[in-house]
Amino acid sequence: MSARAEAPRRHRHSAGVQLILDFLNRLPPYRWTQSRLVRWGITGRTAVTAIPYLWLLLFFLVPFIIVLKIAFSEARIGMPPYAPLLTWIDGSVAQVNLQLKNFANMFQDSLYAKAYLNSIKVAAVSTLFCLLIGYPMAYAIARAESKWRHILLMLVILPFWTSFLLRVYAWIGILKNNGLINNFLMWTGLIDEPIVMLQTDFAIYVGIVYSYLPFMILPLYSNLEKMDLTLLEAAADLGARPFKTFMTITLPLSLPGIIAGSMLVFIPAVGEFVIPELLGPSDSLMIGKVLWQVFFTKRDWPAASAVAIALLLLLVIPIVLLQRAQAAEARGAHR
Amino acid sequence: MKQSSTFRLSVLVFGFAFLYIPILSLIVYSFNKSRLVTVWGGFSTQWYGRLLDNRQILDAAWLSVKIAATNATGAVILGTLAGLALARFGRFRGRTLLSGMTTAPLVMPEVITGLSLLMLFVVLDSALKQAFGWNLERGFTTITIAHITLTLAYVTVIVQSRLSSLDDSLEEAAMDLGARPAKIFFVITLPIIAPALVSGWLLAFTISLDDLVITSFVSGPGASTLPMVIFSKVRLGVSPDINALATIIVLLVTIGVIAAGIFMARQEKRRQRDMQMAAAAK
Repeated sequence: MSARAEAPRRHRHSAGVQLILDFLNRLPPYRWTQSRLVRWGITGRTAVTAIPYLWLLLFFLVPFIIVLKIAFSEARIGMPPYAPLLTWIDGSVAQVNLQLKNFANMFQDSLYAKAYLNSIKVAAVSTLFCLLIGYPMAYAIARAESKWRHILLMLVILPFWTSFLLRVYAWIGILKNNGLINNFLMWTGLIDEPIVMLQTDFAIYVGIVYSYLPFMILPLYSNLEKMDLTLLEAAADLGARPFKTFMTITLPLSLPGIIAGSMLVFIPAVGEFVIPELLGPSDSLMIGKVLWQVFFTKRDWPAASAVAIALLLLLVIPIVLLQRAQAAEARGAHR
Repeated sequence: MKQSSTFRLSVLVFGFAFLYIPILSLIVYSFNKSRLVTVWGGFSTQWYGRLLDNRQILDAAWLSVKIAATNATGAVILGTLAGLALARFGRFRGRTLLSGMTTAPLVMPEVITGLSLLMLFVVLDSALKQAFGWNLERGFTTITIAHITLTLAYVTVIVQSRLSSLDDSLEEAAMDLGARPAKIFFVITLPIIAPALVSGWLLAFTISLDDLVITSFVSGPGASTLPMVIFSKVRLGVSPDINALATIIVLLVTIGVIAAGIFMARQEKRRQRDMQMAAAAK
C-alpha cells in the first residue's frame, strides 16, 4: 500500500527528466551531432571516459613532460627564462642544447643534498608520530558504539575541512614565546623564562603531525572497522592475552591501513612548504622550501624544475606502495 | 574490559584535544582587545569591524569564492564522468593510466603540481599567441584550471567509492527494459550518487578556497586570492584580524559540513526505505 502511495512522486520526478530529454531530442543540432558521433564510432561511453581523460592528460601529465624538458635546458634572462632544447639553424639543421648541469649542480651543492635528506627525515619522523597518535584513535573509534562512531568520525574530518593555512597559523599563537603554552607554564610557575619553541624543528614536527593526522586516522579506521571480530573472540577463547591478540592478529591484519595512512602522510610531508616556512627556523632546509626559493627568489626555472624532478623520483616508491596498499584494501572490501 | 575502555576514552579525549585546541584558541583570541593576540586585554569585537573595512581582504575573499565555486562545479562534472568510467565501465584500454592520474594529484606535493602547471601555462600562452594572437592572462582562468585538476581527483574518489558500494542491478534492470544510457544516468544513477556529489562539491570548494601553494605558482600580477593575502600577513607574525577572519571561516565551514551531513543522512535514510519497499513489493 505504502509503495503505491510513493509511486506518484516518483513518476513526477522522472517525468521532469523525461521532458528535458524529449526537448533535447527535438533539437536538430542534438540529433545531428548524435548521428555524426555514432557514425564515427563515438558512443556516449567513449565521451564519458574521454573528457576527464583529455583534461588530465593536458593538465596533469603534459606539465610533467614540460618540467622534465625545462630541467634539461639552460637558464637565460628573458621570458620564458630558459633556452630552448631544440634550435633550427637555417631552418633545416636542428641543434640540440641538452644541459645536465642543473642536475650536476644538485650533486655538487651540498645544500640540495642536505635539504633532500632532511626532508626525508622530517617526513619519516612525523609519519611515525602520526601513526603513534592516529592508530589508538582509529582503534578507539572503530570499537566505539555505532551511534557514536559517526559523530567521532565527523570530528576527525571537520578540522580537515577548515583552512589548512589558518590551522598552521594557530600554532604560531600557541608556540611563540608569549604564546599559550609559555603563558600557561609561567603562570603555574613551572618555568621562569619562556621555552623557545617557535622557529625550531620541534615546531615543524608539531605542525606536520597536527595537519596530517586525519589522513592517518581515516584509512586506519576503515581498515579496523571492517575487521572480523570473531577472530579476536576466538583468540580470547583460546586464552590469548589482549596484548598478544593485538600483536598477532589485529596489527598484521591492519597492515594495508598502516601503509596507506603512512604514505598519505609521508608523501605530501616530504614536499611541505607552508609548515616549515611559518613554524620552522628561517634557515630550515626542506626540499619544498628550497624549490620555492629557487623559483621565486632566484627565478631560476631550470634549476627549480630539476629539484622538482628529483623530488618526484624520490616519491615514486612511496606512491607505488600507496597504490598497492589501496588495491589490497579494495580487494579486502569485496571479499 | 573496563581497563581497555578507560584507555580508549582517554585516547579519544587526548586526540581530539590536540585536534581542536588550536582551532578553539584562534576563536577565543579573535575576541581579544589586545593587539598582542595571545595576551588577554579584555573582550572586544573590534577586529571584526576592522575586517569589514579592509578592502584588500574583502576583494581577495570575493575572488577566492568566485574561483572556488567555478572550480567545484567543474570538478564535480569531470569527477563524476571519471568516477563513472572507473566504477562502471569494467576494464577498458587506458584504465590504469586514468586511475593513476586521478589518484596521483591527491598526494603529489603541491610545489610540484604548481610548478609544472605554471610551466604548461607559459608554453600554452606562447603557443596561443603564435597561433591565434590570444593572450592567456594568468589569474582567474589559470587558477581555476589548476584547482579543477587538483580537486577533480577528490570528487572522482568519492563518486567511484559511492558507485562501487552500490550494486548496479537497478541500472541493469533499466537497461533490460530498454532505457537509453543517458536516461538511465539521469533517472537512476544521478539520484543515487547525489549525496556524493554534494560532498564532492563542498570538498572541492573548500580545498580551492584554502589553496596557497599551487595558486601562488599559477597566479599572475593583480590576482591575489584570500590565502595569498593571509600568508603575506601571517609571515610577519600573528595579527588579530586574521583570527577574526579565521573564526568566520571556521563558523561557515562548520555550518556547511553539518548541514550537508544532515542532508546526506536524510537522503540515505530515504534511499534505504525505498529499497526496503521495493523489496517488500516484490
